[in-house]
Formats: sequence, C-alpha cells, structure tokens
Amino acid sequence: MSSPISRRHFLKTSFFAAGTAIAGTSTAKAASTFDADKEPLVTLIDISRCIGCEECVYACQDANAHKFADPKKPFPKMYPDRVPVEDWSDRRNVTDRLTPYNWLYIQYASATTKEGEKITLTIPRRCMHCQNPPCVKLCPWGAAKQEKNGLSRIDSQICLGGSKCKKACPWDIPQRQTGTGLYLDLLPAFAGNGVMYKCDRCYQKIEKGEQPACIEACPEDVQTIGKRSDIIKKAKDLAKEMDGYIYGLDENGGTNTIYVSPVPFDQLVYDTGEGKPHMHPVEDTMAAGSNLAIAMVIAPIAGAAAAVGKYYRQMKEEA
Amino acid sequence: MVYHFKSRRMVYGLTLFFIALSGFAQMPIFKRYYIADIPGLGWLAQFYVTHVIHYAVAALLMGFCAYVAFDYFFGRRNSGTKKFQITKDTRITASARVKIAALCGLILTGCFMVVKNLSGIYFPHGVVIGLDLLHLVLAMVLLGATAYTWVRGRSWIF
Repeated sequence: MSSPISRRHFLKTSFFAAGTAIAGTSTAKAASTFDADKEPLVTLIDISRCIGCEECVYACQDANAHKFADPKKPFPKMYPDRVPVEDWSDRRNVTDRLTPYNWLYIQYASATTKEGEKITLTIPRRCMHCQNPPCVKLCPWGAAKQEKNGLSRIDSQICLGGSKCKKACPWDIPQRQTGTGLYLDLLPAFAGNGVMYKCDRCYQKIEKGEQPACIEACPEDVQTIGKRSDIIKKAKDLAKEMDGYIYGLDENGGTNTIYVSPVPFDQLVYDTGEGKPHMHPVEDTMAAGSNLAIAMVIAPIAGAAAAVGKYYRQMKEEA
Repeated sequence: MVYHFKSRRMVYGLTLFFIALSGFAQMPIFKRYYIADIPGLGWLAQFYVTHVIHYAVAALLMGFCAYVAFDYFFGRRNSGTKKFQITKDTRITASARVKIAALCGLILTGCFMVVKNLSGIYFPHGVVIGLDLLHLVLAMVLLGATAYTWVRGRSWIF
C-alpha cells in the first residue's frame, strides 16, 4: 500500500489545485479529448480461449501486492452503528470473487452451444474501464481518476471509502477495505470508511511501456491490449470468425474492455452477487447528465432573452 | 418589498434549497445518517437521481441568474421614474456582493465540472480535486451568507 498522506499535505495540495482552478489558466488548456495519438487502450478478452487456470489472478495479486491495504486493528468505532465494517485483511487468499485484495477473478459460466453441446466457460472478470466511468466522474472528492490512456483507478491516498463508486458502477466492481486511508486522519467516527479498491490495469507497468500483469501471465493469450480502434476491429473480426458475440462495445456508453464469446451473453448462466459482476446489457448511466448539459447552455440565454424582453416593454411604457 | 420581488425571492429560495440538497447528496452521507430513510427522501441516496436533479436545478438557477443580472443591468438604464423596481439609483448591498461572488464561482466551477463529466473529456487529477473542493467551499460561503442575510433581514439591493 502507498504511504499514508498527511492531512496537511492533502489540504495543501487540494487548495493549491483549487487555486489553479480559480485562476482558470490551466483548466481550459488541460481539458482535452482523446485524440488519435492518445487513443484509449482497450483489452480484448477472447472467452473461448480461457481455460480458467487463474494464472492471471495470481499475477494480478503479485503485481499489485504493494498497493494492498495493511489496516491496523482494532478499527475505530464508526457512527451510526449501521455503517458496515468491511474487512478482507484476514481473507486475502479469496480468489472466487472480487475483493480489496483480489481485483480479478475467474467467473464460471455454463451455456449451451448452437449445436446443443453443454459447455463451461471461464471468464476473467475485473473492472471494465468505462469510456465515461461513473465511478470517476461521480466521485465527490476526485479520489477516482481517469487517465489519458483510458484506464480508471482509485487513489488510495485520497479515497475516503464512501463506496459511492461501487453504487454508481453498473457492475459493482470497487470493493472496500475498512481501517485504512485518509479517513483515519480526518473524522474516522463520522465520515469515511476505508478505501475502495479495484483493477487499475497495472498503470505502473503501462507507464513503463509494459503490459498489465494479467495479460503477460496468460499462457493462452486470452487477452490482447491495444488502441481502441484496432481492438474494436479485432473484436469484430474475431466475433465474425467464431460466429460469436461482443460485450462491452456499447455497455454503459462503451467500455475499454471488450469480451468476445461463442455463445450469447444473455444465455450464460453464472453466479452473481457481491463481488461477482453480471454480464447484462447496461444503458449509458451518464447519458442523462450529458443531455442536461445542453439545458445549461440554453437556460442562461433564455433568462437573458426574458430580461431583454422585459426591458423592451418598459421602454415602450416610458415612451 | 413589492410582490414582483417576492415571487423572485421564492423562486430563488426554492432553487437554492433543492440545488444545495442535491449537491450535498453527491456525498454518501444521507443514507449513513438515516436521512434517506425518512419517507419521501429516499431519492437522496440514489446518486443518479440526485445527479440529474442537481443538473436540472443548476440549469434553472443559471437561467434565473441570467434573468436577474440582465434585468438589473437594463433596469439601471431606466430614467429613474418610480414606476420600476430597479432604476439608475438602485445599488447592490455588501452582503449581496458576497453572495453574487459565491454564485459566480459556483456557476463557473460547476460548468467546468459538467464539461469534465462528458465522455472523452480529460482533466488533470489535481484540477478535478480543486474543482470539487472549491465548489463545496463556495456552496458553504453562499449558504453562510444567505443564512446571515436572512437572519439580519438584509436585502440584495437598496
């Protein structure tokens, strides 16, 4: 786990950033759309190739072990009593679901092929890395961030563990560990509850030009990573070749993880629940907000027009 | 206070109430502290609902602010007859200046945050944190100033 951040350092950094925002000098310049040179990285997961060996699972744990929480017990008492303590620190070896210590797991799904054959598919499941990730965009503190290459991750030094990202995520991916993080330095009894953890697509390896650990470790080349346009073409070609189906292209407005399966996703039978995400169709959760942004452009114009109209009437009255 | 401003104050008050409520609901506190358990307030724990309400009321507030600002600007160009509520002699009170500054800051930071939330838009992490905190601080300033003027009976103009 990263070294804890002090309250002073956090506030200093925050207000420096706030000052930057006030000045407005860098904000407009900093906002930029993903251009062709910085096209998001997308992973293609060919489900038909996965043998469920869990090499990816253990590689993920090894590569990210230094990011895992090491909470001190007993945890501070939290109020009110309904606030749940979520402690996985004594169950770090759990691999059959997502946990704060297991960011990738193998989901078993049964299905029947077009030929009537009953098969079992093994599906690597982790964060989908949405193109417009609600976990990032709706985080009230900016603890979750999206990088230019399309990956989204949670900053364990800033996250307060409120779990809003998990509730906003259509797949409930982020998992909480109580007793760690910044909230311990603020008001541990009354606000926050630890840190949320999820796949960060081995950002530290990608920064060095390496591949994520799960991709490197896979003996069956289940996953491929590359530029979005290339991977989408590859996924469509693969789906065409195996007469298969694609998941992730349109889900939640499009994700940076694309699954290709030989059987329709709605015919897969698998366990879902806490830490076990579904594969249902997902509407774009951020679409309503994006559409309302248009109203925010129109409203001031309408307000100004109404005032001009009133002034025009007054002028006529005065004349 | 003439009726015209009473209705204006009522619209502003309701807008301010709902935008503040939906704004604070962006933090996961209403469920934790049982407020969302109160019948009729369950929506406060539904983040997508509060997100949309915050946006919708923000649009309303921006439209209202634009109307009031332009009305003031044009009103001060009136000849000074007693017929209109705002004339060239109308002035903004000191407390109102604080509220106007906070409102302008809230609208500015809010606009950046709306842009940030669009698909394919990337803001540096420090700027996102800065915008979040500044928006919250400005909201506290506005609510504090509003409470002060309400208790002391201060008006926006004199």
